[in-house]
Amino acid sequence: MVKGQVPILEYKTGNTQHKWDFKRLKSGHKILAKYKYKKRMLKRGYADRTLYINLSTNVIKEKSVTNDMKKKFTGGRGFGLKLLWDSIKPTTRWDSDENELIITTGPLCGITQYPGSGKSLCLTISPSTDIICDSNVGGFFGPYLKFAGFDAVEIQGKAKKEIIVVINGEKGEVTIETAPYEETNTHLINMQLTRIYASEDSDKSRQKISVISTGTGAEHSYWGCLNFSFYDIRRKETRVKQAGRGGLGTVFRDKKIKAIVTKVEKFDGVSNNPADPNTVAKVGTKLHREIRDLDRHQCNMRTVGTGHLIDIMDAYDLLPTENYRFGSFPKASKIYPNKFYNLFTKIIPDGCWHGCTLACSKTVDGYKLMTGPYKGEIVTVDGPEYETIACGSNMSIWDPLWILEFNFYCDTYGLDTISTGTAIAFYMEMYEYGILNKKRCDGLELCFGNAEAVLEFLHRLAKGDKGNFIKVASKGVRRVKDWIIENGWGDKQFIEDSGMESKGLEFSEYVTKESLAMQGGYGLTLKGPQHDEAWLIFMDMVNDAIPTFADKAEALHYFPMWRTWFGLNGLCKLPWNDIEPANNPETDEPAKVPEHVQNYVDLQNAVTGWKVDKKELILQSERCYNWQRAMNVWMGRGQRKDDWIPFRAMGPVSEMEYISRKDRYDKQLVEKLGYSKNDIEKMDVHEKLNHIYDFRRNEYEKLADAVYYRRGWTPNGVPTPQKMKALGFTNSKMLKMLQKKIKKDEKAGLNKWGGKYTKGEKPPSTNKKYWEK
Amino acid sequence: MAIPVTVKVLKFYPDKCNGCLDCEKACSQIHFKSKEGGEKSAIHIFKKEDTYQMSVCDHRGLCLDMCPVGALERRKNGIVWLDKNTCIGCQACVGFCPIGAMRKSNARIEPFKCISCGACVRACPENALELIEKNIDDIKEVVYHKLGV
Repeated sequence: MVKGQVPILEYKTGNTQHKWDFKRLKSGHKILAKYKYKKRMLKRGYADRTLYINLSTNVIKEKSVTNDMKKKFTGGRGFGLKLLWDSIKPTTRWDSDENELIITTGPLCGITQYPGSGKSLCLTISPSTDIICDSNVGGFFGPYLKFAGFDAVEIQGKAKKEIIVVINGEKGEVTIETAPYEETNTHLINMQLTRIYASEDSDKSRQKISVISTGTGAEHSYWGCLNFSFYDIRRKETRVKQAGRGGLGTVFRDKKIKAIVTKVEKFDGVSNNPADPNTVAKVGTKLHREIRDLDRHQCNMRTVGTGHLIDIMDAYDLLPTENYRFGSFPKASKIYPNKFYNLFTKIIPDGCWHGCTLACSKTVDGYKLMTGPYKGEIVTVDGPEYETIACGSNMSIWDPLWILEFNFYCDTYGLDTISTGTAIAFYMEMYEYGILNKKRCDGLELCFGNAEAVLEFLHRLAKGDKGNFIKVASKGVRRVKDWIIENGWGDKQFIEDSGMESKGLEFSEYVTKESLAMQGGYGLTLKGPQHDEAWLIFMDMVNDAIPTFADKAEALHYFPMWRTWFGLNGLCKLPWNDIEPANNPETDEPAKVPEHVQNYVDLQNAVTGWKVDKKELILQSERCYNWQRAMNVWMGRGQRKDDWIPFRAMGPVSEMEYISRKDRYDKQLVEKLGYSKNDIEKMDVHEKLNHIYDFRRNEYEKLADAVYYRRGWTPNGVPTPQKMKALGFTNSKMLKMLQKKIKKDEKAGLNKWGGKYTKGEKPPSTNKKYWEK
Repeated sequence: MAIPVTVKVLKFYPDKCNGCLDCEKACSQIHFKSKEGGEKSAIHIFKKEDTYQMSVCDHRGLCLDMCPVGALERRKNGIVWLDKNTCIGCQACVGFCPIGAMRKSNARIEPFKCISCGACVRACPENALELIEKNIDDIKEVVYHKLGV
């Protein structure tokens, strides 16, 4: 192992070096449109303009950012929502010409002093869900886009030929160029374009380029992710972070974009031009010191990244194994963090943006691929992160090397590891029951643990295999459920309950059966079941800190709002609570990490020159959160029916699951449902399952009631015009739409509570139309 | 490139020090063209009980592996050098230096540190400072990969 203090030039990964004919690659670049813009300094975190590109018409223009836009939408994801609202229709779908792919930054994005300040936010109408999907991602693109002069870029329309978009901050020029000869898959095209567009043949010059790309998997599935590059001067590799969820890469390829390149001339620690750089540096240095002293005793992010969670999740029965049937597994220790620690390269600052000393972006260098078109090639594998490792356990793959193989190919093919892993885990369970079989799966033996079949599936998918199964399977759990049900291969209810998707999006990797609040954290979300809105499992289950429905609803108000705030500012959530001050447990509300909340208040004020407090931060989020929900309503979704989650997320679906945790469920039948031990002995497992099923389904509905009420929505989950006005929105098109929808719901009898309340229980409000009062 | 073997580091003789802080003033002259000393100086002298103490970089180089842009390097003469033009002001080295020897002044975003130039040695009226040669292998410290294990 390298011992550290190795001069940067002398670092070696041992990876395969490619030789490309750059003359030929460049000869294919015909400029279809060019736009010159005036370079100027950022002002207190904002570029004060966004970039609009239409690939159908080759129009490129800039739009200015008004103070009103900042006030209502703050930045980042908020700006994305505003731009989408101005551009799409309620009938817009992922492949509509007017659908947009938006990449935004946020006022705090690009500061280097505070860890986790380089996030981009991506938005589009998702192929999986038909509503807005937002996904946050690291890498250099977001900061560079802003330093090049734009708070956001929105891309509408579809190109006729394969193109790349180049945002050249050095020249003050945006171009759309044909790019017929470049590779499509990320690990190749990112390096090709980085080398082509770097001003000099040096690592420092290549570090000033960031590329967004995806791969051939994105073309042939609904799981397309976007890979954002960050050039690593030590490894001399274009490393990547993923905007994974919701099929952004699928939209990217549908628009025939091969890549987006951004380039900066130079930047420094004050390129974001904060109002008070010394405060930013002071707050940042304080956090660096905390990480230095405490990370090794807390999360160990610097050593093993987010994979540190695997053994904890396994210990608490939360690690999804075999399609979420179980939360722990006897073989799990094979993929514990120490196993990956042995594989990771350890001596390098692994932040996905400069100055992030939490440094969770681990890599395995010098990995020799075992399968597929790149078999034998030696590469750097970015990751695996917790979610990807847990996909391994979900598919019952317990070999770290196969997890690396899965990780690498998902990345380079542009596939979201979470959706891909969760979906395959579902197919495997169906395979185990014989609902799917080798014939129905186009010859693939998709039984649990068959890593070779998983990789074979990925390779065939990425090649555009026309097999029936591969065509449907690549569109995800929702479509496969429909396909199985249509073919009459299995019991409808069982299939609906086992496939882990909600709103059409696959679940991320946590078992939520015993945490009602976390079920809400997955179901009562905007885009679908992703843990970025709320992660309440420990608070709810282990610490029992939110026992009542009202407590849970408060948590499902505060935490989604708080976590949304990071996306409005271009920040990563990890430095908020994956490192905590030493005295945090003694504070009033340790789950909120009050000292770090204050850091963010200080940071936003220091960058923008505003004078906000912590309440205003939540308000900033509440505006955008409600706006996004209202847009979902506008598109015909965003209601109680859409917040449905499969029963596998709530409790045992199969008898095997019940029996495997029999004591737990039997105890609940006594304590929560009021059966006597005698009653239970007389029941068979099927009967017990039914009781648990009805009870837990009703608990979830009651939770939804409490949460909708707390959020100021109707019992059908629709944001009310009154709430929108209170948040400062005056847009009459939006307000009228909501009013009309609520009226329609009233006629359809949908404005009533979903839970069944027995004696002694009360719904959140007995006032009809409480929101009008 | 030949790998440096030795480096000059500051040695302090507290018995000789009179606390005049001429060393700090000389240092801030080098880094900021200012005679203020204090937060603009890479060397700090402070009184602790009856004696004086010095805080300054000892060129152990732990920060070298921290820099995301390669602004920190060990030069031919062995000193740990921060290239202010490459630095992007992230303060990772400031936060992680175990002895607080990487300094940050409010005057600019990029940190600064002792470069063993000897200005303080020359400025000291009591000869309380001296540059002495040390083997890099004896002082070198790499904790990055051990952190958290």
